[in-house]
Order: sequence, then structure tokens, then C-alpha cells
Amino acid sequence: MSQFYTQTDHFVLLPGLLLTLFGCATLLFDFWLVPEARYKKLLVGWLIAAEAFTGASLYRHTTYLADNGLTELVAFRGSLVMDGFSIFFNWVFLATAVIVALISYRYLEIEGEHHGEYYGLILLAQSGMFFLAAGTDLVTIFVGLELMAISFYVMVGFLRADRRSNEAAMKYLLLGAFSSGFLVYGFSVMYGMSGSTRLSDIAASFAARDPWDPIAFLALATTVVGLLFKISAVPFHMWAPDAYEGAPTTVTAFLSVGSKAASFAFLMRIFLGPLAASREVWEPILIGVAILSMTVGNLAAISQTNVKRLLAYSSISHAGYILLGLIAGNDTGLKGVAIYVLVYTFMNLGAFLVIVALRRENIIGEDVEDLAGLMHRGPGYAILMLIFMLSLAGIPPTAGFIGKYYIFLSLMQTGHYLVAVAAALYVAVAIYYYFRIVRSMFVSDVSEPTPLAASLGMRVAVAVSAGLTLAIGLYPEPFLQMAQTSLIR
Amino acid sequence: MNDNLLSIILFTPLAGMFVLLFIPSAQRTLVKLWANLTAIAGFAVSIPLALNFDASNGGYQFAEKAEWIPLLGVNYHLAVDGISMLLVMLTTLTGMIAVLSSWTAVEDRIKSYYAMLLLLQTGMLGVFVSLDFFLFYVFWEVVLVPMYFLIGVWGGPRKLYAAIKFFLYTLAGSVLMLLGILTLYFQHYQQFGFYTFEIAELMKLNMPLHLEQWVFWAFFFGFAIKVPMFPFHTWLPDAHTEAPTAGSVILAAVLLKMGTYGFIRFSLPLLPKASIDASVVQIVVALSIIGILYGALVCLMQNDWKKLVAYSSVSHLGFCTLGIFSLNPNGIAGSVIQQINHGISTGMLFLIVGVAYERRHTRDIKEYGGLAHVMPHFAKVFAFALLSSAGMPLLNGFVGEFTILQGAFEANPVWAALAVPGVVLGAAYLLWLYQRTILGQVTVSSNLHLKDLNLREWLVFAPLIAWALWIGVYPKPYFEILQKPVAQLVERVKPGYGGGAPVQAVLPRKEAR
Repeated sequence: MSQFYTQTDHFVLLPGLLLTLFGCATLLFDFWLVPEARYKKLLVGWLIAAEAFTGASLYRHTTYLADNGLTELVAFRGSLVMDGFSIFFNWVFLATAVIVALISYRYLEIEGEHHGEYYGLILLAQSGMFFLAAGTDLVTIFVGLELMAISFYVMVGFLRADRRSNEAAMKYLLLGAFSSGFLVYGFSVMYGMSGSTRLSDIAASFAARDPWDPIAFLALATTVVGLLFKISAVPFHMWAPDAYEGAPTTVTAFLSVGSKAASFAFLMRIFLGPLAASREVWEPILIGVAILSMTVGNLAAISQTNVKRLLAYSSISHAGYILLGLIAGNDTGLKGVAIYVLVYTFMNLGAFLVIVALRRENIIGEDVEDLAGLMHRGPGYAILMLIFMLSLAGIPPTAGFIGKYYIFLSLMQTGHYLVAVAAALYVAVAIYYYFRIVRSMFVSDVSEPTPLAASLGMRVAVAVSAGLTLAIGLYPEPFLQMAQTSLIR
Repeated sequence: MNDNLLSIILFTPLAGMFVLLFIPSAQRTLVKLWANLTAIAGFAVSIPLALNFDASNGGYQFAEKAEWIPLLGVNYHLAVDGISMLLVMLTTLTGMIAVLSSWTAVEDRIKSYYAMLLLLQTGMLGVFVSLDFFLFYVFWEVVLVPMYFLIGVWGGPRKLYAAIKFFLYTLAGSVLMLLGILTLYFQHYQQFGFYTFEIAELMKLNMPLHLEQWVFWAFFFGFAIKVPMFPFHTWLPDAHTEAPTAGSVILAAVLLKMGTYGFIRFSLPLLPKASIDASVVQIVVALSIIGILYGALVCLMQNDWKKLVAYSSVSHLGFCTLGIFSLNPNGIAGSVIQQINHGISTGMLFLIVGVAYERRHTRDIKEYGGLAHVMPHFAKVFAFALLSSAGMPLLNGFVGEFTILQGAFEANPVWAALAVPGVVLGAAYLLWLYQRTILGQVTVSSNLHLKDLNLREWLVFAPLIAWALWIGVYPKPYFEILQKPVAQLVERVKPGYGGGAPVQAVLPRKEAR
């Protein structure tokens, strides 16, 4: 008998299921049990419990695959897969969600918008990310994508009283919906081509056609536009600076790291699955997009005065770098994507953490000038921020260098010499604006002497991010082994 | 102890830095004392390196090797040969002097200041002792950050501009160098089937000339910007001028040598075909000669005391690269000696500017004049530094420049002929500087009551003066240390070129019976 819901199905679905259930339960909890503001902090503990269960099930997957000598575990007749790739990315999402939750409660209290739904939304967004990374069926992927995106639309506009937050949410919603439209249109053409929503069937159908076949090209072009929107690559990046600037900083951190990592997981699944046969079509497109992203991201970042906006542009250029790994497309390049996403997660989160730490009553702390003299007020934060900036710029011995190392090496291996030279020279451009922040922190005089007070959650989060940023740089071996297992076979 | 001597040398400053971070900033004297003690200890632990160094062994010594990132084929591999041993000694000595010279010169945020100096020290030492390209690159980049802060926080009026310019220029060069390194790394995999960054392994590569040339130019950007060679020198006057005295001393004495060392350790032996390729050599030599002459001419135009010394580095480093690309034993050995000499002489010149600046807070040459009347000892030390820098016989500068010119002459007499005016101009701008600042009558009244050198300042100058005299009067041990490594290098680049015998050409040939 072909069962509707087998044990394997259950096992593979478990992390997503846990996240969804805990996420829904958070909403109920908030409503019934902890309506009083002072109990809201308990929800952070609740979220960590949810992540602990999710982490345990992810760990069980790793050991199960290893014990049985499997590379993947397929469920729901090929709609969902647990392989090294999805496990790797889910660990990244998990770490991101925990760190974001740890820094959120104090920030939201200061903003006066501390509501329990926030934690529910984090879990639901993460559940969406799970389906993005593990999905191998267009419908599954699309549902995951929308689950994540809708959670983010709400979170970006979480500061109801703040006009910037509302504006950002509106822009993000409109452009996000627009890009989803492109994507779903591409999906429909793919379905028309192959008569199936499974990525493997679609891949076969693409392989059977000439890559320049008009229908195949239409499917490819619309899908690629949608995907590039999601990772905020140039020329589809316009939403990112506004959304990043207006959103609550904790959400910006989650958005710039979690959403981006999930979108890259999704993008890799599509490009290495259905579109693998059409590499000759998309490779030149992606090269152009990657170079444009690095150019626009780096050059626009130079003139920004708001740190969140600056980091938004820097994240656009990082998207360009990550795309280069896919363009190279060999093992080194794909490992490079995984490593880069991993290090980007911690270094970018870290940078946002410091901005969150600067937020106090009546002080926004988002301008480059607000960081002035941070070395006097909070030397610990200043030094950690320096580490994050060096890592974002890719200076050894920080984690960022290891990411760039893999990307550059893969480009040299596959003969993309000029692209490599351009990518390398943009490192020198990037250092200019990262060091504007550093200069402000260390060289400028104190703008306001209010000392910083940090919550326990913030201290833990910053310590973990900085610790990993340095650890991956100084002793990358275990992390490289992890990335090795993440290759899609 | 010999087993991990290099690690001890390498990490003493870093360990001292970590302890320093735990000393409360309010304990200013303790901070200064600890920084000085660490720097002295840094020099002290390097003395056994020089004493136990075996000049008759041409290979690498004091080797240490451990796996670091096996997946990438990266090892923690340290060792020195004669060339790097001398540079290590130069680094530890100037590091000690730089720290000592800052006692009264820097009063702002002293804890961070000394921490940066010590971190810089470890970075620079790492560059000279790494035999793994990845490790080398890490140290190479680590150096940038403390130097940025030294210039940017404790520098002169245009410090921010100078600091970021220094960072951007050198970083742009080094990322291109990284691409070159990755090319070699990948080529090695293709030819031998495994990934490694070991210099010794990469030397086994056999690449077509055009590929070697591409890699050569990638390395060239990294090293030439660091040296700096004309036309990549424009960061140097700014950085040197704006840096605090200790920063300038370290920049001139050690940091620039990272570039020339890079040519000697990596470009030449790893890319022998490209290094002797006529078109490559002609370009590099032409840039060196332009650097020698241009740097010297610009010096003649300067009104800023410190900037003049800074431009003199462009000229002197031009001699170093000229010597290297003469590609013969005299040229290369002379170049290494000249690198040490430049560290000693220019280090002293910057310290002298620093002494004057600390008393008057101006670098304008017009503000000085007749200092010999008020600061006689200072005038004498300055005269000594100047003569050593200008290459007077029996002082260190002469030994280096003479050997380089000899090597250049062997390679191509025209090169030597073109470079010789640089020596003359060098004497001219230095003597003129001396005349304007030290000789004549005191023209500015605020100079009438300047204090002469105190004991601490004497201590700063004394080791450099002694070393300059030693090299000038009795350079034989240096040539002996350099002979084997240089001979091997020449053999590697130009097989069969005289086997390295004539290195001792300037010596009394007593032992050559």
C-alpha cells in the first residue's frame, strides 16, 4: 500500500514541523498565558527550546545519514529532501534565529513594541526557510518562500508607530509580491514544459531541449529575475536599502542574513537542478549581475551616512561575491558558496548586533557619526565591531577571508581570470567604507558620553558571533569539513 | 629551545600585547614599562637566533612545521635562511627602538598605542619567517591593521587621509598578489595532484612562460606597492610624514622591506623564467632607476623635513630593487645589505626628525637652522646618520650601495651608470638638509633654548650607531651569512652563473686563498 504519510516523510518533515508547531504555539501562549509585558522575556526561552528540539532533529538527520551511508533522504515522493545541503543551511538558519531572538527583547522594549507574535514570526519565517532549503518541488518551495516572505513583511513593519518602518514594510511587500509574481510565472512555464512540479522532472525536460528554445528561455528568464530579486542582486536591489533602513534593526539583521541565506539555498537548488543544463545561457547573465552587484553595492556604500543603509549596500556586494561561487560552479565554488553564507551570517549579524547595542532611549544609534568614540564608551564593542568590519572586508585572519579565498580560488580554477581581478579589486574599495565606520569608532572624538548597557542576551550573541568570526578565520578546518558535506550531489 | 625558537620570537610581542591589555590605562608608567620590557624581551629572544645561526648551512634553519588547515594544504611552517634571519634581527631591534622612542612622544591613549606597536611587530616577523604561502599572506595582511591605526590615531594633521591611502594602496596590491598565489596553488594541483602552499613544493612547478609572467605581475603589484617602486610610491610620503615617529621608523625600517623580501623569497625562486625574461627585467629595472633618480630629485625640493626623509626612501629602495633584478650574487647580496642599511640609516633619520619635532612641533625646515649651537650632540648624531645614509665609506650605506652598483654593472653597465647620479644626489639633498637645519646661525628665536639629547634618546640611537659602524667597518660576517642563500637563489634563476663565488668582492680577500 502506498502510504500517504510514511515514517520517512515524518522524519524528514520533522524540523519544519517542529518550527511550525512551536511558532503557532507561541501565538497561543502569548494570547493566553503571558499577556503581561514583564513575562514576554520568557518567550525567548520558549523560542530557544523550540530551536533545541529542531537542532536535535537536525543532528539526528546527520547521524542517520552517516550511519546508513546515505547521502539523502527523500520524502513525499520527491517533494522534500534531507541531504547535507539542507542540513547545513538549516543549521545556519537556526543559529541566525537564536541570535536574533537573544538581542530582540531589549531592543523591542526600548521601541515599546514588545509583542509575543514577534517570536512566533521568527519561528514561522524559519520554518519557511526550512522548506526553501529542503524543498525539491516547485509548490513546496513556493509555499516555503511565501511563508518566509509574509513573516518578514510583518516583521519589517513591526514598529507600528514608526513611519519609516511602515514605509519599508510597504515597499518590501510590493516589490516582494512583484518578484514572487515573476517567480511563479516562471514556475508555471516550467510546469507547462515538463508536466510536473518535481525539480528532477523539470531538469530532465530542460536537458531534453535546446537551452535557447524560446519556452525554456522564457521559463529561465522569469525565474532568474525572481530569484535575483530575492537575493537583492543588481539591478533588482532597489528594495533592500529602504527595507533594511526602515525595519527594526533586529529584523534587519534577520532579513539580511536569514532571508538571504535561504534565498541562496533556494537559488542553488534551482540553478543546480532544473537550470543546470542551461548553464551557457545563465552564466553570462550571472557574471554581469555579479559584477554589477559588486560595483553598485560597493560604490553606493561609500557615500552612505546611515550604517544600516551602508550595510544594505555592502550586503548587495556580498550577494555578488556569493554568486561568483555559483558562476565558477565547480566543487570549490559551491563549497565557497556554503562557506561564504556561513561566515557572512556571523559577521553581518555581528555588525548589526553592535548597532542594536547602540540603541538606547532617545538615541537611534544608526548614523556613522553615532559610532564616534565608541572606543571610549564601549571598547569591547568597538573591538568586536572592528573584527566584524575586517571580516566583511575579507582581511585575514578573520572568517571573511576564508569565504573570499574559496570564491577567488574557484574563479581561478575555472579560468574566470578577469572576473577574479575585478572581484579582488573591489575588496580594496570595500575597505574604504568599512573603515569609515572603524575610523568613526576609533579616531573621532566622543559625540555623546552615555555609557552602553548591554543585556545578557546581547552579550552572549555578540560573543558567539565574534567568536565564530575569529574561529572560522583562525582554525577553519572543522567548518570546511562541514561545508564539504553540504555539496549537492 | 632551538626547536621552537622562531615561534617564541614570533609570539613574544603578541603575548606581551595580551598582558598589556589587562593593565589599567590609568597606570601610565606601568603601561610604558611593560611595553618596553616586552620589546626588549622580543629582541632578547631573537639574539640566540643570530648566535646559533649556521652560516655554512645554506638551507633553511630553525624549521618548525605543523598542520594548520589540512583540507587546504596549509601548514604552520616557519624557518629562516640568511636573508630572513637578518631581516628578523632588524625587525626585533627596530621594534625595541620604536617602543623606547615613544616614551614621551606619545601621551594619548598609550595602551592602545603600544598594543598596536606590539601587534605590528608580530605581523612583520611572521612575514619574514613563514615558509607557507597562506601563512605568509595572513601575516602580510595582519600588518596593515595596526599600521592603519598608528597613522590614523596618533598621526599628524592629515592622518586620516594618509592612513586610509596607505591601507587602500597596499590592500589593492595584496589582493592581486593573492590571485597570483592561488594560480600557483592550483597549477601545483594540476601538475602534482595535491594542494599545498609550501614554498618548497611550489618551486617544483614548471609553468609556461606566459603564465609565469602573469603571476609575476600579480606578485609585482603586491610587492612593488609595498616597496614602494615608482610609480606606486605615492602613498609613502603621506604615510611616512603623517605617522608618529615610531610608526615612521617601523614603516621605513621594516615594512618596506616586506616588498623587497617578497621579490627575493617568492618572485625570483618561484618564477625563474619570468624573472629573467628580458622584457620583465627591463621594466622593473627601468622603474627602479626612475625611482632612484626621481626620489632623489623630489628630495631636493622639499621644505618638510620628514617628507624629505620619506622621499629618500623611494630613492634608496630603488637601489634595492635594482640590485635584486641585476640577478647576480653581488646585486642580490648588496640589496639585502642595503635593506638592512636603509633600516638603520633611515630609521635614525626619522628618529632625528622625531627628536626635533618633539621639541618644536613643526617639520618645516625653515623653522630650524643653527641647531648645532644649541644641540651639539644632536648635531653629531644627525651627521652620523646622514653620512651613513649618503653612503660614506666605512659606514654601512657605502657597503650596500657599492655592492649593488657592482652587481648592476656586471649585469649591464648602463644601469650602473644611470643609477650612480642617485648616489651623488643623495649626498646633495642630505648635506643641504644638514646645512639648512644644523649649520649657520640660529635664525628662529624659539630654537635658542632647545634641550640636547637626553639619556633615553641616546639609548635609542646607540644600537643603531653601533650597528652602522659594524656593517661599515667589518661587513664580512654579513656577506658570509648571505653567500649561500644568495648563491642558491642565483643558481635557481640563472643556472650556472658563477656559482655565487664573487659575493665577497668588496672584502679584503684574505680568506679566499
